[in-house]
Amino acid sequence: MANLTQPQPNLADVQSPSFNKVIRSVITASSVGTLIEWYDFYIFGSLATIISTQFFPEDKSSAALLSTLAIFAAGFIVRPFGALVFGRLGDIVGRKYTFLLTLLLMGGSTFCIGLIPGYKTIGVAAPILVLILRLIQGLALGGEYGGAATYVAEHSPVGKRGFYTSWIQTTATLGLFLSLGVILGTRSIMGVEKFTEWGWRIPFIVSMALVIVSVYIRLKMEESPLFSKLKKEGKTSTNPLKESFGKRENLKMVLLALFGAVMGQGVVWYTGQFYAQNFMETVAKIDFGQSRTIMLWAIAFATPFFVIFGWLSDQIGRKWIMLGGMALSILTVRPIYTEVLAITNPANKVEVEGKRSVATDLKAIEGSANQIEKTTTIKTFEDGMVMKEVKTDTLYSSGARAIKPVTKVEKVMGNSDNNMLIFLVFIQIIYVTMVYGPIAAFLVEMFPIKIRYTSMSLPYHIGNGVFGGLVPFISTLIIEYTKTPENPSGNPLAGLYYPMGIAIVSLIIGLIYLNNKADAEVMDNENAYLHHNK
Amino acid sequence: MKALRKYLGIVWLLLGPGSILFLAMQAAKKLSMPTSTVNDTLQWGIIIGIFVPIAFGLMIFGWYALQGEYDEAEA
Repeated sequence: MANLTQPQPNLADVQSPSFNKVIRSVITASSVGTLIEWYDFYIFGSLATIISTQFFPEDKSSAALLSTLAIFAAGFIVRPFGALVFGRLGDIVGRKYTFLLTLLLMGGSTFCIGLIPGYKTIGVAAPILVLILRLIQGLALGGEYGGAATYVAEHSPVGKRGFYTSWIQTTATLGLFLSLGVILGTRSIMGVEKFTEWGWRIPFIVSMALVIVSVYIRLKMEESPLFSKLKKEGKTSTNPLKESFGKRENLKMVLLALFGAVMGQGVVWYTGQFYAQNFMETVAKIDFGQSRTIMLWAIAFATPFFVIFGWLSDQIGRKWIMLGGMALSILTVRPIYTEVLAITNPANKVEVEGKRSVATDLKAIEGSANQIEKTTTIKTFEDGMVMKEVKTDTLYSSGARAIKPVTKVEKVMGNSDNNMLIFLVFIQIIYVTMVYGPIAAFLVEMFPIKIRYTSMSLPYHIGNGVFGGLVPFISTLIIEYTKTPENPSGNPLAGLYYPMGIAIVSLIIGLIYLNNKADAEVMDNENAYLHHNK
Repeated sequence: MKALRKYLGIVWLLLGPGSILFLAMQAAKKLSMPTSTVNDTLQWGIIIGIFVPIAFGLMIFGWYALQGEYDEAEA
């Protein structure tokens, strides 16, 4: 019988069927819960446009302000704060109960967002409630990941920690996959109109069922054996925050983890998964449904590589895989996005003659003699791309037109271009799997058991929440700066300078200061990521 | 390698305040535009507020590097 109450399972334990059964349940319980937390966190982002019309109307300044807070504060401020609050709790009370609590908080707040009446019904109370619930979500996410990663790592035998924790690493990407899948599925079943009206609430409400299942599974699990042993011996930390960040020997490792690994990992991740989708939709103007389907396929093909790189990190070390992913991303991300632009550029394509359709629709503006003219042009290209251009113009009663008509472009790509785009996103997600697959094991091995939850959670959430989370905002801002009267659309590739710059700094720090050696025991106070000359 | 680790500490020490100065300048430029709203002020406030402690962390990292705290690391 495998003895998982022993701090380190021995070889006989690892090879026994009962050990395999127990470790499988440990991984499943941790991964399913974390997957649901990511799902909950992403659906808010994926439905941001609908949510803003329901709760944060732009013409109400107070609501727009609350919207900014909901988007920014939940991602950047509350996540690291959640890491501190729940990390401390996890190091004092235990891993199991802490990540049960974060799961309940996340699931409960997601469910409640799905039930809140809109701004039209309850006024400013609606965005305030959404903001509060979104902050709870951010707080819960800040506490969840460290607990799940620590829990699995502390059950794992020597030499398999990278492999076992890599299952946790798949959840962030699968959470996005699940959220996109549920949203697209619900939208196609209900139709766009009903979905926009009330159907968007379904993905939020569904979350509760998933959480109940996950809580049930997690409740049956035992506490981490390493933590239980520590607690039994009365050696747990009484003040994990002070020990983590107040002591030089640990603080220097927190800083090294952040600047030498997680900061670079965060920007590579957010560029590959979130900026890629944002770029396809807003810059390359690919249709809403198709850009998401491209993401889904790329994620589906790339996800197994989290486990492959996690396993490989047990064989050759974590450092070179993570830094390799960063280096590849730095070198190739610009050519990848240049290719996306080239593929979607109609100037590089031949239009099918005689297939162009133009339709004009005139609509009177209520209470005025002016009219809105909507001209829809549909162009079909030889490679199968269909481009829809909707130009909205105001026709004044005086005969004048609007100075600047609004033009909306939407492209549906042909098969071969669609496959090429899947491949280009797939490559980026492979980099994500390289930097993200081994990072849980890497972080766990950096810190001692008694302050592990706190110490690893903070750099993780600063690296991913702040550095990674700001990729779309800062990249868009940089593009704005490149706009000139001569070039009103700016340089669409300029947004990549931010993630590339951060990844370069992180790569240099990682190359020079990190050791490739892992801590075989995950239970000592001496850090193996620094070489000790004894 | 030890010397490189140590003296690169100066770069990290300077990069911390340098990046905050850069952010503050960008914020001032953006917020002085006539199109800027209270929402922009809030966004920049949050960004600078969250980056100041991180930049301070980078300075501490640089200081530790300069003092040889990471000298034992071997790639």
